[in-house]
Amino acid sequence: MATTIDEKEVTVFGEEEAKQLVNELRVAYDSGRTRSYSWRVTQLKNILRMCDDSEKEVVEALHMDLAKPELESTLYELGMIKNACKVALKELKNWIRPEKAKTSLTTFPSSAEIVSEPFGVILIISAWNYPFLLSIDPVIGAIAAGNAVVLKPSELAPASSTLLAKLFAQYLDTSSIKVVEGAVSETSALLEQKWDKIMYTGNGRVGRIVMAAAAKHLTPVIMELGGKCPVVVDSDINLQVAVRRLIVGKWGCNNGQACVSPDYILITKDYAPKLVDALKTELDKFYGKNQLESKDLSSIVNSNHFARLSKLLDDEKVSGKIIHGGEKDKEKLRIAPTILMDVPRDSLMMNEEIFGPLLPILTLNNIDESFDVINSGTKPLAAYIFTNNKKLKEKFVMSVSAGGIVVNDTTIHLAVHTVPFGGVGESGMGSYHGKFSFDAFSHKKAVVYRSFTGDAALRYPPYTGFKLRMMKALMGGSFLAILRALFGGSKP
Amino acid sequence: MIILSLLPTSNRCSVTVPAVLWEEEEKKKKKQPQTVTFGSNEASSMVKQLRQSFKSGKTKSYQWRVSQLKGIAKMVEERESDIVQALYQDLSKPPLEAFVAEISMAKSSCREAIEGLQDWMKPEKAKTGISTYPSTAEIVSDPLGVVLVISTWNFPFLLSIDPVIGAIAAGNAVVLKPSEIAPATSALLSKLVKDYLDDSAVKVVEGAIPETSALLDQQWDKILYTGSARVGRIVMAAAAKHLTPVVLELGGKCPAVVDSNVNLEVAVRRIIAGKWQCNNGQACIGVDYIITTKDFAPKLIEGLRKGIEEFFGKDPMESKDISRIVSPAQFKRLVGLLDEDNVSDKLVLGGRRDSTRLKIDPTIVLDPPQESQIMQEEIFGPLLPIVTVGNLKESFEVINSKPKPLAAYLFTEDEQLKQDFVENVPSGGMSINDTILHVTVHTMPFGGVGESGMGSYHGKFSFDAFSHKKSVLYRSFSGDASLRYPPYTPKKQMVMKGLMNGGLPGMLLALLGWSSHNSGTKS
Repeated sequence: MATTIDEKEVTVFGEEEAKQLVNELRVAYDSGRTRSYSWRVTQLKNILRMCDDSEKEVVEALHMDLAKPELESTLYELGMIKNACKVALKELKNWIRPEKAKTSLTTFPSSAEIVSEPFGVILIISAWNYPFLLSIDPVIGAIAAGNAVVLKPSELAPASSTLLAKLFAQYLDTSSIKVVEGAVSETSALLEQKWDKIMYTGNGRVGRIVMAAAAKHLTPVIMELGGKCPVVVDSDINLQVAVRRLIVGKWGCNNGQACVSPDYILITKDYAPKLVDALKTELDKFYGKNQLESKDLSSIVNSNHFARLSKLLDDEKVSGKIIHGGEKDKEKLRIAPTILMDVPRDSLMMNEEIFGPLLPILTLNNIDESFDVINSGTKPLAAYIFTNNKKLKEKFVMSVSAGGIVVNDTTIHLAVHTVPFGGVGESGMGSYHGKFSFDAFSHKKAVVYRSFTGDAALRYPPYTGFKLRMMKALMGGSFLAILRALFGGSKP
Repeated sequence: MIILSLLPTSNRCSVTVPAVLWEEEEKKKKKQPQTVTFGSNEASSMVKQLRQSFKSGKTKSYQWRVSQLKGIAKMVEERESDIVQALYQDLSKPPLEAFVAEISMAKSSCREAIEGLQDWMKPEKAKTGISTYPSTAEIVSDPLGVVLVISTWNFPFLLSIDPVIGAIAAGNAVVLKPSEIAPATSALLSKLVKDYLDDSAVKVVEGAIPETSALLDQQWDKILYTGSARVGRIVMAAAAKHLTPVVLELGGKCPAVVDSNVNLEVAVRRIIAGKWQCNNGQACIGVDYIITTKDFAPKLIEGLRKGIEEFFGKDPMESKDISRIVSPAQFKRLVGLLDEDNVSDKLVLGGRRDSTRLKIDPTIVLDPPQESQIMQEEIFGPLLPIVTVGNLKESFEVINSKPKPLAAYLFTEDEQLKQDFVENVPSGGMSINDTILHVTVHTMPFGGVGESGMGSYHGKFSFDAFSHKKSVLYRSFSGDASLRYPPYTPKKQMVMKGLMNGGLPGMLLALLGWSSHNSGTKS
């Protein structure tokens, strides 16, 4: 929400500034400070303190940017961040410790280990929908792994961006952890530089731009993108619980503006009416009669996205299919929870990630048809199924390729830090959360230690027939072959 | 058997090998008008066909994967002599080297995959906590789909088959593009894959730049490229268009730091093994240059001179135990490095070259200037610069002033120096008191960092490289926490916070505080 006055006062962050910034961070990194265990622990503890001290400000910023309900802000942003911090603090010593690796006869005698080495200087480009979580969570990983890091928060959540810059400067080591605010030109300036790793959260279009920029410097990337996360709803389930979990995963997650939000539903024609009734009932319970204005629902982030979502709704193929909601308030950027029935497969709504409070339901003759529907699209970040049917469950897990899958719930796998969170195909590459965050920002260096004893002359030229036979026998592992080679062969 | 069959040829090798090369080139040129071009259309329809195969589910079955892996094992076993012959044709690679470095590595890779596959394919259970109670979780390895492996010329058999083993083990359909700079091996691979493997899901595309470009235009589910940083950038940029993840196995200047307190004889042998015994220095993990103290350098040079003579004889150019330079282009490049002003006068050993036979002596130069080409680019040949420093600690700075290499080596008995080296020299991988060996330990990943690459493979890491690790969380319908649901009341928030902050005790405390206002929201 920058006014013209603000823009005049803001210092320009262009190529020169970006270059200088990276140089500064490289010097800081090369000094070794970010590698020490105590530095990493200090920063992580400071992030915890920062979250505790600034809860009110964070909730306020999120409310300004997204009208995000306080519970969502405290639980799904701050709560998740604090957990990530706590897990890292608890486990860091273990994560940092080199991992012993078994060696075999071929390198006897030797010992081996995999050493986790920080990459160096990391760039994290965050998104607007969970502006705190998606900024700080990756930063936690980068710090835990011993890197210096630059965070570029999204300008589409400006109050959060400004607050992040302020808090980081206040609580963290600014010699090695920096925030750069801005939009396309600042991000481009950053992307021109050479980073040791880049993590980007956002959409596939920009993801391609980020990866192309990274390719120039052979910078590895993690990309957390999106997709149309399907929900398959079987019959013969606890419908009330299923529907509540669906609602909370859709509208309770930033009003559908979340990369793992249920995007559309697949259900049999027979069962659909029951689902619709249950949805309407629970939606009323959760959000009351005036769902458009419920304080427990986020707004649409800005007029661009409002226009985009309106267009999806106003599409003539679709507008007649609304069975619940559909109310919009352009000024207040609000759209009510909206359910649609059987929108055509070739409508706009079924061909792009919705990222909003619209929920299309597609009915099928038979629940097994859902697999073809899902697999005809690009691989989503998450896929969900509600069922008690063991076979269907197994088939779903085996044949649906998605970033992650949840059976009988939605979105909640993000809270399980023992599993990696990441996409596949169009929904992204790489992953993080828990130890996976530490691993994402570490290079796993293989190290073998040998002594000077046990030097096999067989290795060395001149190569004779005997040596060849011996090597073959040794590598083949057969004792008899070794004996044969030893005694049957001619003298070297 | 192999040695016997090769003995007659080896006597003529110095004359026939280049002749054979030129003959092949001529044959190829004559063939070209008749060869079917492999362009964008062909590439696109190949990928389509492979996607159909993958969609049919055949490559996902354990049986298919094991049958293909067994097919590869059979192929390597039965056609060993053909493979060794092709490697000899392409690189004059000594049979023992071919066996140790390529054939046996391929065999053990196969064996590891066959033995490990059932375990690797099993989903990995993951612990869940109170925040999702009750639930169970696991990580499932999904094949990515249709993958592209672009191989290289220096270990043309191994660096083709090893990634393919990983791709197949992980349940993918795969296209292999071998290097045209090792044409005999490329042609052999094409034939063997057709003869031994499932042609509907495993394919070889031979060719050069146009064919590779046509392949790179397609949408793959993963690309593994082995080669140079320059082409690595091109591959990654092409992959970016489709959001295709990549593994890039590149190179760099792999340093070997040599301390004075070592067993010189053993160290020297291992250095020679890691340089001239590794495709005559043409190896991504080969020793590129040495750093040692000014004081120790003369001893080291003398040790190397003795070792080289012991291994390769008085006239190494006549030795059958050393590969030749792969091509006239590479030969020219290497000679250029050697003949640069300020480098040519630093020669302490070797330096002879023979352009007809594409041979260059094992050559050592002492303290060439840091700005010279030989100290700036990856040598990839039989030239070994030795850089001297006052104190070995200075070697770290020398190494770290260059891009991160694929491997780094240290020879020392000093435990502190070992520790400092491992901690302060970033590299793909390291061997202490040896060279090359860390890449044979398949319980560890093989891959680069920075300019030397991204991603890794070998052993289970190959399986992982070609899999998507899919998180799966299972919940039941019981234990539904209504606290999660709107309307969001301050009390609900308090309890949820209690749970998130303090786990079970935190939640209980908050619940106790809340229970007196229990609104009766049941699940």
